[in-house]
Amino acid sequence: MPADGGIGAPNKRREDVRFLTGKGRYTDDINMRGQAYVWFLRSNVAHGRITSIDTAAAAAMPGVIRVFTGADFEGVGSIPCGWQVTDRHGEPMQEPAHPVLAQGKVRHVGDPIAAVVAETAEQARDAVEAIEVEIEELPAVVDMKAALEEGAPKVHDDLTSNLCYDWGFVEENREAVNKAFDEAAHVTTLELRNQRLVANPMEPRVAIGDYAAHNDESTLYTTSQNPHVIRLLMGAFVLGIPEHKLRVVAPDVGGGFGSKIFHYAEEAFCTFAAKQLKRPVKWTSTRSEAFMTDAHGRDHVTKIELALDKDNNFTALRTETYANMGAYLSTFAPSVPTWLHGTLMAGNYRTPLIYVNVKAVFTNTVPVDAYRGAGRPEATYQLERVIDKAARELGVDPIALRRQNFVTEFPYATPVAVEYDTGDYVATMDKLEEIADLAGFEKRLEESKASGKLRGLGVNCYIEACGIAPSHLVGQLGARAGLYESATVRVNATGGLVVMTGSHSHGQGHETAFPQVVAEMIGIDPNMIEIVHGDTANTPMGMGTYGSRSLAVGGSAIVRATEKIIAKARKIAAHLMEASEGDIELKDGQFTVAGTDKSVAWGDVTLAAYVPHNYPLEDIEPGLEETAFYDPNNFTYPAGAYACEVEVDPETGKVTIERFAAADDFGNIVNPMIVSGQVHGGLGQGIGQALLEQAVYDENGQLLTGSYMDYAMPRADDVPFYAIDHSCATPCTHNPLGVKGCGEAGAIGSPPAVVNAVVDALQRAGRNVTHIDMPLSPSRVWEAMNQ
Amino acid sequence: MYAFDFERPSTLDEAVAALGAEGAQALAGGQTLIPTLKQRLAMPETLVSLTGLAELKGISASGGVLTVGAASTHAEVARQTDHPGLAGLAGGIGDPHVRNRGTIGGSVANNDPSACYPAAVLGSGAMVVTNAREIAADDYFTGLFETALEEGEIITALRFPIPEKSAYVKFEQPASRFALVGVFVSKSEGGVRVAVTGASEEGVFRWSEAEAALASDFSPAALDGLSASAENLIGDIHGSPAYRAHLIGVLTKRAVAAAA
Ligand SMILES: Cc1cc2nc3c(=O)[nH]c(=O)nc-3n(C[C@H](O)[C@H](O)[C@H](O)COP(=O)(O)OP(=O)(O)OC[C@H]3O[C@@H](n4cnc5c(N)ncnc54)[C@H](O)[C@@H]3O)c2cc1C
Repeated sequence: MPADGGIGAPNKRREDVRFLTGKGRYTDDINMRGQAYVWFLRSNVAHGRITSIDTAAAAAMPGVIRVFTGADFEGVGSIPCGWQVTDRHGEPMQEPAHPVLAQGKVRHVGDPIAAVVAETAEQARDAVEAIEVEIEELPAVVDMKAALEEGAPKVHDDLTSNLCYDWGFVEENREAVNKAFDEAAHVTTLELRNQRLVANPMEPRVAIGDYAAHNDESTLYTTSQNPHVIRLLMGAFVLGIPEHKLRVVAPDVGGGFGSKIFHYAEEAFCTFAAKQLKRPVKWTSTRSEAFMTDAHGRDHVTKIELALDKDNNFTALRTETYANMGAYLSTFAPSVPTWLHGTLMAGNYRTPLIYVNVKAVFTNTVPVDAYRGAGRPEATYQLERVIDKAARELGVDPIALRRQNFVTEFPYATPVAVEYDTGDYVATMDKLEEIADLAGFEKRLEESKASGKLRGLGVNCYIEACGIAPSHLVGQLGARAGLYESATVRVNATGGLVVMTGSHSHGQGHETAFPQVVAEMIGIDPNMIEIVHGDTANTPMGMGTYGSRSLAVGGSAIVRATEKIIAKARKIAAHLMEASEGDIELKDGQFTVAGTDKSVAWGDVTLAAYVPHNYPLEDIEPGLEETAFYDPNNFTYPAGAYACEVEVDPETGKVTIERFAAADDFGNIVNPMIVSGQVHGGLGQGIGQALLEQAVYDENGQLLTGSYMDYAMPRADDVPFYAIDHSCATPCTHNPLGVKGCGEAGAIGSPPAVVNAVVDALQRAGRNVTHIDMPLSPSRVWEAMNQ
Repeated sequence: MYAFDFERPSTLDEAVAALGAEGAQALAGGQTLIPTLKQRLAMPETLVSLTGLAELKGISASGGVLTVGAASTHAEVARQTDHPGLAGLAGGIGDPHVRNRGTIGGSVANNDPSACYPAAVLGSGAMVVTNAREIAADDYFTGLFETALEEGEIITALRFPIPEKSAYVKFEQPASRFALVGVFVSKSEGGVRVAVTGASEEGVFRWSEAEAALASDFSPAALDGLSASAENLIGDIHGSPAYRAHLIGVLTKRAVAAAA
């Protein structure tokens, strides 16, 4: 551990003192003078036409300030979508309107119809129950394939069908891929579902709108991963408020996992209503509302085919995926099954020809958008499952088949539009075999047998594209925003620093890790550095936190801004020591003149910057504050290899995870303890998906898993102690820190390991099971064993 | 929650009187009722707390009978040692928070089809003691969330004949961790009882074929070849009726093994 607590030190998370002692300041902790509360009337049917709304009785209830319906939002914009996908035929995707409150129709259970603002939340809720609404129920579409059939009920009357887009990637390769399949020595086919999940951050969403009439300024406090993005989307597209009159604050946020990236109707409602009523308006989601209004994740149905030649080399890959968009397009929904998914289908392998087809479909369900990993878990799952199946069909070792097809030379341009800058998949697989003790598997297998359990081993690789994202590239792909990141480094007169970042921490540990970077560069104690984030009023325009981007992109912006600071400080130091700038060296917070014993301390220089009595005023300005925007020129490509060992109880089908090992290449590591924590969390969510979680709708569009009574979250005793390693580091070649990102890896890499292991266990026991759809609940495994 | 009045009587008579009022409902540990109120699924006018009643407290064993006051928490029941099968069951309910608040009386009054206690009450042939009478377990559980209790009747105690051997085995529903299927078996002078919770559309029930098989030979092997019928069993996203029927067989064997 570096003695200075800089890069590489496992510093304890300083924010945890606040969080663990109950001193966090979450949005719901904010209460404003004169605050009113809103409660939403939400649709209890999945699809219907609103024939009448009578709010008279509700308006007369005690404490009610005002009742809002869709009619109050005429002239207000639609909740926008931030990404436009162009389909196989060069046509733009179908993009329906998404009103703040329903206009004429409701399209999923939970769709907001009306809202009551009252003195207390309970009064608002009472009044909501007094609203008389008549809905002519329409047949609902829940199943994606049924939604695309001729004559299926249309979620949006003004669209031609429920098809959002039919995307082909790379469309030009379509025929070449088909030809490679015709010529293949072996083809393995697998149909699977990557089930719908609910993100379930510990903190439900909250929004408070506030309006200051004296200067016509609106403020939104919200549980967001990206306050600037919300300010832009809501201000420019929905409410028509310019940035200088709109402040968005996302204070401490208790987890997001993607679900708090998006702009939600409740945010716009509270901001709008506060201005109308000239009072702060607060909304706190209940857990029940969270289940039916937070964007869900995944929900892909896929057929994947892998072609191999006679020597077991992968020659082509072809997929057909149906991706559920839900009832509306959430902020980044269209990008998830396309650019975050299709571009990763090469995985860690040299497959020369790939064709990915994705049909995105509207259904009468909650909108689906990015959830930890977003598109990449879906890609990894299909690919690593089909490779496992191929190995079994061919009678070869699944690890050997992977090794044989690994990409080994970098940079590597995949046939799906991305270029891996660096990696070493052989090294991570070697490391995995070591830390997972694969050599000891046979012995453990015998032990399991002796206790009447079926043991299985599942191994897989993953790659992901992080450090989202090069703006020029994503612009070509349909993004309606840039994806740079920003930082302002403000040095105080006595040498302490404040770093204002456009990224946002909601569990990632930025307040600890980012100071380590700056401390390392200057050679000072990280405790001299504070991180400020989450408030558009005091941070530069930034794009927020998701896609494992904060250190790779946000950290790089901090590096660039700190470099500017050091360059200027060097000039000041040169002046103070009457030396030439080129001779100044900075080490351990001291500026020295090379080859002499002359030096000035960091604090002397910073003081000079603000008390410029002896200062080169003709050359440089006083003060020490710099801003940088960093736009990466490629994604980063973390990769790794995971191994899972399970035991299956043959009598009940219950799966227990006995061992789990993860060897990851995240490039350089700033704080290994935080990285381990991120991997642990990701693995927990991945195992949760593999064994427990699923959002289920019945055929009428009722959510059957609307609470923790039926939606199974992973708990401590569902996961094992992990063996993890991130020593196989190939530093990213194009960002200044050489970092790749670690936030999503665990969730991306672990589901196929678990499923491969369970299939392995059943096959070793002589059961002819080639696939089970997640979650591998006891009843599903038992049914698969006994089919 | 809707607004309600709150009363905390200190004697059983006062509690019975309070519960006689229109719209009054008993509140014990609140681990079922409070979530229901929060969801606005119930609208009582008055909640009558039973936590101040000395008559509902205490656990004691004498003459081969364990008497458990209805206000005993799951944690208290888990700590008693006279009836290990019952203690094991109570210790597996929910989490420490639930076990330190929830009560046996509340659970038995509620009769959730997935709850654990009904299996022990039926599977031990216990007596449900109320302010007005004693009801045998076989007459007490009448359906899903249905019992023989009259409006306003208060369970004061549960009286368990202490069996020679007993055990409860729960197979957890993955989300709620209530019983997807739970089986309580007991062997005592009066015979063998096998009670199954979590599985049936009609609530807790006795598996009489298994009882007959075990009567002469209280061992897992006695159950070989016996399978429970899937008829009237619950089918949901966590398991089909066939799966639940299968689990009944597996868990009964395991419970016998654990008890033996
Ligand atoms: C997270 C969680 C997990 C749980 N897991 C399990 C589990 O694994 N297994 C399980 O069996 N249960 C489980 N429970 C339910 C728990 O055991 C409850 O405590 C129990 O069902 C109700 O007891 P209570 O004392 O909390 O009753 P309350 O919620 O106060 O009351 C429940 C009902 O019983 C009535 N009532 C209460 N006391 C009496 C009485 N003496 N006489 C007449 N009527 C009365 C009330 O009016 C009400 O209708 C769980 C609960 C939670 C919240």
